[in-house]
Amino acid sequence: MTTILTATKVNKRFGGLVAVNSVDFEIPEKAIVSMIGPNGAGKTTFFNCITGFGKCDEGEIVFEGTPIQRLRPDQISRLGISRTYQNIRLFAEMSALENILVGQHIFLHSSWVSAVIGTPKVHQEEKIALAEAQRLLDFVGLKGQGDMMARNLPYGAQRRLEIARALATKPKLLLLDEPSAGMNPRETEDLTAFIRRLRDELGITIFLIEHHMRVVMGISENITVLDYGEKIAEGTPTEIQRNPRVIEAYLGRGAATEGMANASDRFSNEKNSIQH
Amino acid sequence: MKKENFLWSAVKTGLIFGAIAIFLCFVGMVEVFSKRDVIEEIITLGQFVLLATMVSAGLVASRQTSSLLEKNTPVSNLVAGLVAGLLTGLILALLVVIGAQINLRAVFLNASPALYKLLTFDKGVGNVWILPTIGAVAGLIGAAYLLLPQILSRPITRSIFFVIFMALFSGLFRVIMINQGAGMSRAAKYIFGQTGVTSPGALIFFFGVILITIFWDFRGKAIQSGIASLPKGGQLSLRVIAIIVIVLIILLLPLASGPFIAQVIVTVALFVLMGLGLNITLGFAGLLDLGFVAFYAIGAYTVGLLTSYGPFGLQHIPFWVAVPIAVLVSMGAGFMLGLPVLGIRGDYLAIATLGFGEIVRLLAGSDFLAPFFGGPQGIIGIQKPCLGLLEPFVKVDVPRICNGIELGKPQDIYYIAVASALLIAFAAWRLRESRLGRAWMSIREDEDVAEALGVNLIQTKLLAYMLGAAMAGLGGAIFATLIGSIFATSMQLLVSINVVSLIIVGGMGSIPGVIVGAIALIGLPELLREISEFRYLLYGMTLIIMMITKPEGLWPSQATRRELHHAEVEAGVKV
Repeated sequence: MTTILTATKVNKRFGGLVAVNSVDFEIPEKAIVSMIGPNGAGKTTFFNCITGFGKCDEGEIVFEGTPIQRLRPDQISRLGISRTYQNIRLFAEMSALENILVGQHIFLHSSWVSAVIGTPKVHQEEKIALAEAQRLLDFVGLKGQGDMMARNLPYGAQRRLEIARALATKPKLLLLDEPSAGMNPRETEDLTAFIRRLRDELGITIFLIEHHMRVVMGISENITVLDYGEKIAEGTPTEIQRNPRVIEAYLGRGAATEGMANASDRFSNEKNSIQH
Repeated sequence: MKKENFLWSAVKTGLIFGAIAIFLCFVGMVEVFSKRDVIEEIITLGQFVLLATMVSAGLVASRQTSSLLEKNTPVSNLVAGLVAGLLTGLILALLVVIGAQINLRAVFLNASPALYKLLTFDKGVGNVWILPTIGAVAGLIGAAYLLLPQILSRPITRSIFFVIFMALFSGLFRVIMINQGAGMSRAAKYIFGQTGVTSPGALIFFFGVILITIFWDFRGKAIQSGIASLPKGGQLSLRVIAIIVIVLIILLLPLASGPFIAQVIVTVALFVLMGLGLNITLGFAGLLDLGFVAFYAIGAYTVGLLTSYGPFGLQHIPFWVAVPIAVLVSMGAGFMLGLPVLGIRGDYLAIATLGFGEIVRLLAGSDFLAPFFGGPQGIIGIQKPCLGLLEPFVKVDVPRICNGIELGKPQDIYYIAVASALLIAFAAWRLRESRLGRAWMSIREDEDVAEALGVNLIQTKLLAYMLGAAMAGLGGAIFATLIGSIFATSMQLLVSINVVSLIIVGGMGSIPGVIVGAIALIGLPELLREISEFRYLLYGMTLIIMMITKPEGLWPSQATRRELHHAEVEAGVKV
């Protein structure tokens, strides 16, 4: 299997604090992989390194053969990486449709002069873009809400709109930062199915950060665990559930030594309950 | 929670409005406004302002009573209004009594005998009881007004406001009508007095508006649906007729109104141009620019230097060639400003741009650059635009002769200014709906996310600065030809602040909002000369009241409206 993204020895420091400490990481093409870890483990920082939000201090990130660690976010997005945010960051004072249209920015080429003159080419381009935006809106199940201001959409719809906006850039790799945060079990289930659809129907590689173990264990093919900025484990969901270092990181040293079996039961229980 | 006694609340309201009335007296508003009539020989503007304070006291007290008492009767509303109005009047009376004993002028310059004379209606301190009486009656009226059913209160409010509006602008309408010939002139003199409307005029306006409102209440829906049910062609021709009427009014207005009104409209149009420019940088892209006057100055100076036949004229090219150059130079200046401040956000950006504006003004007026820009003497002798061929330049201080129509008068510049403003408004609207417009708005909303979606921040921000600057530069270029000379002193910080204010009042990011804001903040004060003394007092008050009651502006941007409409439609479907 070919890898779509390779990170080698990625380092990120904030002053004296090492937020990401020489992490090696790989994402196979058309896979769904996750990153988990306790709060403050450096997951979002690692995300930011990939998307160019906060440049990493050392190390190399290669996306489809192109080193991207020195590129600006807009250049990275042009290569085909898109993301959503832990705390929803929509363009609040713009309509849902406009939000998606901004996502299509990189595919539109009209200059401001031709826009003022209103050449037929611009009209054509806008028309196609609008149709595509409508299609994406329908795809995430927000049909007919295009004129709503983003800030007035209900929470779940905002999450979906954010994904639609990310999809508008036609990404090859989609990074989801805690997509199920603040969702009820029912919505979470829908979301899990939706993420699978993204991969199966659109062939997008998915990389997600998630706290919700049900989601992570349910859909990931590969899981990486971060703690204090270091990669402490990597493997399939089953392997991760059995890994003593992971259990230690999540539940403390005591749990790792005394209740190994118990703790791993708790992980697998969660996993089972999804399958039911 | 125990609710307040309604009488006590009415007393408080009365005291507050009394304080407002005294404030109006002490800033001199009442006295100055008394020189103008609302209705000739019946009520002056000064008296009206006080009366309005008393009526509002009654109105507010009555409204509070309704919210305080669960089972309120009309009587309690009326009592509350009476108490509040009475107190407002009493406080004013108290002012007169105290003023008669002690000389307040040492502290309050405007507490003059003339003021007391006005307040007692020329009848001496002995008759001061008139004030509380009037207050009580006004309070009662205010309270009663709230109790009226909407079908009655709405036409009355509208007609009162219309009469006041006509009275305030009576001079304007009078001049326009008198210019139309003898018949109109006689009508004008019948309706409008020297400084207000006449009593027959007031009656005509009052009942005219009432009739129209009532008619619209009963028949409006039918007419609207009638228009909506017209075939497509019919609707189109109606729209075409409306556009033709508007265009005709725009074309004929300066001919009818004379130079003064034309000049006011040109000033408004220039501020519209600046407003549209800043609306791009601030309203669309969210980049606060407090030194926007710099681009206006650069546009004006470029045209000045390129066309002036005075001592500082570098070239003597025609206006029509100089304007595009001025626009390009301003655009360049926008680029130069934009480059260093690219990475600055929010408050810091405001300060940096503020500095830029001041630098440009100081440089233009400095002795150091006086050999180029004329320093404090400014640039004079700017060539007027000429429709036709200009004869070659002869010597300094002699304008080039125009073989054709010279557009020298404000009425002529009017056409250039209004046409440019409309053209630029159209361009701004096209930009807003384009890919670039959306990129600007996304930067305004969230810069980081916009960048992550592929928006090139450097390019997009620079374009916002440049296009905004170009529009302001065009305004400056027209300004230079309108006045015929430019001085650095007319490029004050206040101009920048005016532009920011008009955008906020009109509605951030809204193109019609810019026009409405410019008319409200620039046009109205120009027309109401008597009020100009209190211009900035009223200006500040308007801004504060606007921000509290209508923060989205007078004419909010399309997105807001579209959504409101959307919500209405949905509600309609559910019902």
